Amino acid sequence: MTNPNGRFGIHGGQYIPETLMNAVIELEEAYNKYKDDPEFQAELTELLNEYGGRPSRLYYAAKMTKDLGGAKIYLKREDLNHTGAHKVNNVLGQALLAKKMGKTRLIAETGAGQHGVATATAAALFGMECVVFMGEEDTKRQALNVYRMRLLGAEVIPVKSGTATLKDAVSEAMREWTSRISDTHYCLGSVMGPHPFPTIVRDFQAVISKEIKEQMLKKEGRLPDAVIACVGGGSNAIGTFYNFIEDKDVRLIGCEAAGRGIDTFETAATVNTGRVGIFHGMKSYFCQDEYGQIAPVYSISAGLDYPGVGPEHAYLHDIGRAEYVPVTDEEAVNAFEYLARTEGIIPAIESAHAVAYARKLAPTMDKDKIIVITISGRGDKDCAAIARYRGEDIHE
Amino acid sequence: MSNIASAFSTGKAFIPFITCGDPDLETTAAVVRAAVDNGASLVELGIPFSDPTAEGPVIQGANIRALTGGVTTDKVFDLVRDLRQDVTVPMVFMTYANVVFSYGAERFISTCRDIGIDGLILPDLPYEEKEEFLPLCREYGVDLISLIAPTSENRIAMIAKEAEGFIYLVSSLGVTGVRSEIKTDLESIVKVIRENTSVPCAIGFGISTPEQAAKMSSISDGAIVGSAIIKILEKYGKDAAPYVGEYVKSMVEAI
Repeated sequence: MTNPNGRFGIHGGQYIPETLMNAVIELEEAYNKYKDDPEFQAELTELLNEYGGRPSRLYYAAKMTKDLGGAKIYLKREDLNHTGAHKVNNVLGQALLAKKMGKTRLIAETGAGQHGVATATAAALFGMECVVFMGEEDTKRQALNVYRMRLLGAEVIPVKSGTATLKDAVSEAMREWTSRISDTHYCLGSVMGPHPFPTIVRDFQAVISKEIKEQMLKKEGRLPDAVIACVGGGSNAIGTFYNFIEDKDVRLIGCEAAGRGIDTFETAATVNTGRVGIFHGMKSYFCQDEYGQIAPVYSISAGLDYPGVGPEHAYLHDIGRAEYVPVTDEEAVNAFEYLARTEGIIPAIESAHAVAYARKLAPTMDKDKIIVITISGRGDKDCAAIARYRGEDIHE
Repeated sequence: MSNIASAFSTGKAFIPFITCGDPDLETTAAVVRAAVDNGASLVELGIPFSDPTAEGPVIQGANIRALTGGVTTDKVFDLVRDLRQDVTVPMVFMTYANVVFSYGAERFISTCRDIGIDGLILPDLPYEEKEEFLPLCREYGVDLISLIAPTSENRIAMIAKEAEGFIYLVSSLGVTGVRSEIKTDLESIVKVIRENTSVPCAIGFGISTPEQAAKMSSISDGAIVGSAIIKILEKYGKDAAPYVGEYVKSMVEAI
């Protein structure tokens, strides 16, 4: 699907300063060298399985299925991975690649903190230096993750510019990378940014749909009718979709953060409300004003609070292969509480966006249909913020 | 020959960068005229962008002040129309790819020609992506300026061969901003550029003092200064024009 210039239809590309061009070319060359190298792949599989805890479970949510009264619901439990989210799949891959490239320092952006925690974890494991950029607003929303990163030996730099959220953390990580390239790998956390990142991150996350397919064939003897995942930059979603793209009968559904609603300015639903633009190294859909100024987006979820979306999602939207639906804060919080009470699983507030849409979709489908929801992360980090949303003054 | 070449035809060029609308467009107009009256050979006008990823804190601040003040691309075009009543030196826009793309590339670039903008500097449009705008720039006679960085190495010749207007040589790693010292071996980069093109080459990023400007222009065709001027604007606000004029004079004399 990727052409040599890193394009997905009209999307993707390498819209970055000249200073970084040789760095991304070096990365692409290294990736092409190692991606089909059996030794590299064996080392990565060993790490993912023995350290990361893969394969993650595909769990039949019997109570939820019964309660909703429609399609059978399975949960892909990425929340059970080491560090508590799908982010570790990508980070272990990139950290191993960085090590092979002779890099000794990882930098990363983080929104909810899950990618930062995963990067800090890999850096600790590989004995690398680690610096994580996080919007100051997010350091407050996700204070526990800031502590976890520091505990793991990473330096966390609160970013005060712009809206002090994920987009500003990405900008600051890119600025940092231009100032120090030779020993530093930018461990980008989503399927976004300049080529080759959208492809590399997708390939490392594609393990999710590879496993879903195998597990589903084993349990049900057939493919699911729909797979559902939340979309910020879109890494767990592309991981969930990728091995089903050619299976045209499988619906691919991405759930965007609508914040207070797509008819308000307080939203982060990029595909639903944005238009094509060029930002953070890629052409894709972005929330922006008529002059191309990037919009200050909003979502209760720090991990989905991003004004763009990965270029492959933009392409899957353009060709009509995947659907992107908006889910509001209120719907996500309701789903967060629903899954906790129904299945005893507290999902990340990001993943709760996918659960929320499944609650609407499942009852409209026949009982012999099957839905898989990717629970991209666990919700411990969100408990205090959700309590505050509900008016309880809890502090960590 | 592009109009930009005239900026380099009578010796070393001093190129000030000014973010349009910081703190307001009237001040920008006064500051540009002060710079030109004091010997600026070419003026780089920044169209503010919400998320300027190649900029350090000083120019980021200017972008925010300008946008907060309500500056838009259309208002910047009006500013240039006003300036072109009396300003004759070449002027180029410095902005980000999305500002051009979102306005409609053809609408943006044809307007550049109509109002007298000679070139376009887009720090997030490397050689690999220049086809995005280059055909339109050629059609309307606007030079798309190429940047070369300390990390360009094996790419220098390739970029230089196709350069138009002038080459913007980035002095250091990192983002824009004042630096006490520039350590890059710029002489050897300029040498490769010279072997591949006759298009002039000016050095920017980190230059603030007359001594630095003298040194940088001695090894190239000119010096570009942004953050140091923005700092004067930050300090004096609407009254900045005479101070910028004085500063430009000292830099022009030094080179």
